[in-house]
Amino acid sequence: MDKLLAYIARTQIWKSIIRHGYPDTPRNRTLAVLSNVLLHLHPVKVRRSGIKLSYTWCMGGLTFFLFLIETITGLLLMFYYRPTAELAYQDIFALREHVPIGVMREVHRWAAHLMVISVWLHMYRVFLTGSYKPPREFNWNVGVILLVLTLLLSFTGYLLPWDQLAIWAITVGTNMARATPFIGHEGPGAALLQFGGLQFVHAGDDVRFGLLAGRFVGEGALLRFYVLHCLGFPLIAAVLMAVHFWRVRKDGGISGPL
Amino acid sequence: MPQFIKDLIDAISAPIPYTVLATALLAGVLIFRKWVSKPSVFVAFSVVGVVAFIGAFPDPNFKQIITKPDNIPIVILIASVVFFTWLFLRRAVINDERIKKGQPSLEGEMAKKKVFTWPDLVYSELICMLLFMAVLMVWSLLIQAPIEEPASMARTPNPSKAPWYFLGLQEMLVYFDPWIAGVLLPSFIVVGLCAIPYLDTNPKGNGYYTFEERPFAISFFMAGFILLWVSLVIMGTFLRGPNWSFFGPFEYWDHNKLEPMVSINLSEYFWIKALGQHLPQNPLIREAPGFAFLGFWFLMLPPILGKWVFKKMALDMGAIRYAVFAHLFLWTALVPLKMIMRWTIDLKYIIGIPEWFLNV
Repeated sequence: MDKLLAYIARTQIWKSIIRHGYPDTPRNRTLAVLSNVLLHLHPVKVRRSGIKLSYTWCMGGLTFFLFLIETITGLLLMFYYRPTAELAYQDIFALREHVPIGVMREVHRWAAHLMVISVWLHMYRVFLTGSYKPPREFNWNVGVILLVLTLLLSFTGYLLPWDQLAIWAITVGTNMARATPFIGHEGPGAALLQFGGLQFVHAGDDVRFGLLAGRFVGEGALLRFYVLHCLGFPLIAAVLMAVHFWRVRKDGGISGPL
Repeated sequence: MPQFIKDLIDAISAPIPYTVLATALLAGVLIFRKWVSKPSVFVAFSVVGVVAFIGAFPDPNFKQIITKPDNIPIVILIASVVFFTWLFLRRAVINDERIKKGQPSLEGEMAKKKVFTWPDLVYSELICMLLFMAVLMVWSLLIQAPIEEPASMARTPNPSKAPWYFLGLQEMLVYFDPWIAGVLLPSFIVVGLCAIPYLDTNPKGNGYYTFEERPFAISFFMAGFILLWVSLVIMGTFLRGPNWSFFGPFEYWDHNKLEPMVSINLSEYFWIKALGQHLPQNPLIREAPGFAFLGFWFLMLPPILGKWVFKKMALDMGAIRYAVFAHLFLWTALVPLKMIMRWTIDLKYIIGIPEWFLNV
């Protein structure tokens, strides 16, 4: 067995992929982190305090892990789902009844709930350790935007099953947009935007209409939410996550006492 | 669980005692943090909590609301916020004592040593990932994702609730109009969070747990996160039923439950009750008391507070930082103030101009 492993490690294929020996010496441990595109998110050495669960609570890492889970399960779900008013509910229902090992929707849903919680707890931990203080002010802001994106991802996903829970939760949520000052038709100031009795802001052109592609939650809203959920928000979140992790490194690694 | 305990819990879960008790609990935990942070105390309270939870479980109404598949994450949220708040207090109390003695904090002690990422960090990451994957798979195999009846705009379910993480804002709809509860407050939350690093000029407590080096920052954030966000999410999920009426955890969700709603505007208090006159025709004159109150709140209070309770902070922060902070702080304070005014004097609007959709 040992001989076989030693032989594999000598082959050209292995050497072309892994360019260092077994990571049990300082040199190879350094190379293991530096020569791997995923691991090089990490520095070669970290402060002992920075990897203690009692310090970090692991919530940031967990959020990233859950994002990856959501991406993978979401991709699989997209194979089975068509975002139209006639088919969406049927497809979700079929996922439970007819698709073998149809557990992906469950994983997707429970991981989504957990991700909202883990992102809140991550923010809680970062606040309590004062890790937003200089030099990490900007990265805290990136984090706030990622938190909002997490909520938006969950919110847009909420509509996709196209059942009573989905459509009414989104109706309640987006009803708020009617009351946006000036750009919602029931918002303060909207009535002032008129010319000769002609209202500029009404139910057919206000911010809620733009959000839903209609006066109520219908097929237009479903398509809009689907595109944002599967493509728009994940792309923005991925870019910001890259910035977030890069800034953690550039600002001196996981925070610790100065 | 005996009926009188259930009745007691139902009674103290009503919005007024719930909010008062939650506030008192948080204040008590922070003041008596040395005692609370003892592991034995935490274990004792946890055991009492778990026993009460199990004792309450046979109750059909309690069981129904707690085991609803989409409510399970909220139970996890409660447990994890309690646990991590305790963990913070424990570390902060230890660190504060070490700092008093002139020793480095626990984190400072450990930060002296650096370790290799491989294997120390990558292995714990791998274990965390596998554990969580296992938990998620078991959870997903045991509990099916719910699916209700097909979407229909013709049938409105009662209650209609927003997604659970926005229920704190939906709760605010009881006290504020949508343009404040649904637009202004969430915007201020995001802006306020972004502003935190630029407003907090205290250099201490960067990278380690402490309470005594930044008591105001931590108390204020906890009040916002725990009292105004998480506890209202819990209330919106478990204690709000049909018509957004209040229901105790052991109460049946009766669709016919009616809550008397008599609420009066500040203008009516001023013109009719205090002066004994009719309401003026011009809305600006009619609502002058409300404008005066909000003018005082947002324009007069910042300098007054800056000379008084926030004197040291205002000096440290400088004029611009302090002005931004004071307005964000007063918006946060307006939320509980409006709640209290609704409970005590049935106040509906401070400024009520429905013809312009301008109700505060």
